[in-house]
Amino acid sequence: MLNSRAVVVGFIPLLDCAPLVVALEKGFAAAEGIDLTLVRESSWANIRDRVVVGHFDAAHMLGPMAIASTLGIGHLKVPTIAPLSLGRGGNAITVSHSLWDAMTRHGACSGADPRSQGNALQLVVRARERENKPPLTFAMVYPFSAHNYELRYWLAACGVDPDRDVRLLVIPPPLLVDAMREGQVDGFCVGEPWNSLAVSVGVGCIVAPTTAIWPLSAEKVLGCRLEWAQRRPDLLAALIRALYRAAQWCEVEQNQQELAMLLSQLRYVGAPAALLQRGIANRLRLQPDGEAVAIADFYLTARQQATFPWASHALWFYSQMIRWGQVRFSAGDLAQVRATFRPDLYRLALAPLDVDLPATDSRIEHGFFDGRSFDPDAFEAYLAQPI
Amino acid sequence: MSENRPSNDTALHLLIVDQNVMRAAVLEEGLRESGYVKVTILRDMQNLLRRIVDIDPDVIFIDLENPNRDVLEQMFQVSRVVRRPVAMFVDRSDADMIEAAVDAGVGAYVVDGLRKERIKSVLDTAVSRFRAFNKLREELDQARQALDERKLVERAKGILMKERGLSEEAAYSLLRKAAMNENRKLTEVAQSVVTAARLLR
Repeated sequence: MLNSRAVVVGFIPLLDCAPLVVALEKGFAAAEGIDLTLVRESSWANIRDRVVVGHFDAAHMLGPMAIASTLGIGHLKVPTIAPLSLGRGGNAITVSHSLWDAMTRHGACSGADPRSQGNALQLVVRARERENKPPLTFAMVYPFSAHNYELRYWLAACGVDPDRDVRLLVIPPPLLVDAMREGQVDGFCVGEPWNSLAVSVGVGCIVAPTTAIWPLSAEKVLGCRLEWAQRRPDLLAALIRALYRAAQWCEVEQNQQELAMLLSQLRYVGAPAALLQRGIANRLRLQPDGEAVAIADFYLTARQQATFPWASHALWFYSQMIRWGQVRFSAGDLAQVRATFRPDLYRLALAPLDVDLPATDSRIEHGFFDGRSFDPDAFEAYLAQPI
Repeated sequence: MSENRPSNDTALHLLIVDQNVMRAAVLEEGLRESGYVKVTILRDMQNLLRRIVDIDPDVIFIDLENPNRDVLEQMFQVSRVVRRPVAMFVDRSDADMIEAAVDAGVGAYVVDGLRKERIKSVLDTAVSRFRAFNKLREELDQARQALDERKLVERAKGILMKERGLSEEAAYSLLRKAAMNENRKLTEVAQSVVTAARLLR
């Protein structure tokens, strides 16, 4: 073996790759005795494939992607696990100025709650139907992503059918702002810094951070093949500890400027530090001519157990996959999904650090903006709820 | 079902989605040499879905550097317009072939229902053409580097000739001797001379 302490991790240029970059650049990986290499990727499909074929030991992964790989939806069935979460939240929904103008005529107002914004959007959709205008086009980043489910959840709860009333496309984050400028999309749901970029170049405005739709929402994970985790439990545990410490570092206020500078480098996110700073500091400018506003718990890397891979997160993602027809419910799949997120491995890795850990692995997810909550132990009842 | 498609393999309609003109050409040529006559190249990423519906391919190749891979995957997930292609194969026995494709940097999407043996050879061709292109690109990079290094040595020689009144030959052997004595590469010594000259100017 060339280097038995080498760990290769793939990532996509987004704000929430921060703990990976910090683990490498601030020496947390080295302190755990691992020789970490980060590889920047251009698509989520590449992340998945390069984990599957073993180019990457682990990756910055969309939470639902780990589940899709485990269940083998649309691709090879490769048991994949998520033993750590790479933070909470960090996404927002942005719309073009022309859509925003139409929404304000129907009662939308900057900084308002997602319910009133969604109601305004619904009125715009109905008006366009009456006028025989083509449906609005929304974009997100990948079919198996929190972005897809958050956007759909919001639209559906506000009376807009995401499959019938609008067109819903995938557009890679770096291409979204141009697509909006050229009028190809009217709105999108994406992670930072892409919403802030759209605002800063005057192309769009942020209508809602997705944490207003689901507070402390699940987002990216550290994903790896189960096979690698079983073969190299030592490396995985060291990586979990390094990322845990890196995530703590990211949240210290005095480090935030340095974090923005680190991420702004072309080999990482490659966006202006000032834009990255907005998401890091939880202060977003919603309108090109507006002031930055504080958005509590918009993006967390460490606080509120933000690195803990709750089994209930995996199960909520699965409920959305079923809801939107990506997969049919089965009790067998349910068990596999539950075993995809691995709080047990997280606990095991962090045991030497003597840190506070949640008492349970799963919990009732509260606070969805439509008043619903998700009880993972009443999974089928949740699916059967009228919407 | 796709089995009512032409049974002759070379009648498969192949689509190449690649913004790199040269690589797309290398792949197209390889496919045509193997007897495939229906090969289309798509470079423009605008209206990808519409174009794919019109072209109606059996197999789609896309380079892995292309972020639009995620766009393709979603179309295949949800679209009712496109005949449903799936990502390469969804069967564990094909892991080797997937690995070869990912290594070479090509992604393939195959219309659902096409028998595996019908596409094996076209996939092999794509993988080997991508490899050939990668090798070509590597060689080009090396050639460019060699050229850069030669230019550097030329500049160092010129500096020595001017500053120390040496002939070209003497300047060159001075550089070589310094490299040997210091156990460094000729280009490293040349770089030091060029840097020093700039600093002393």
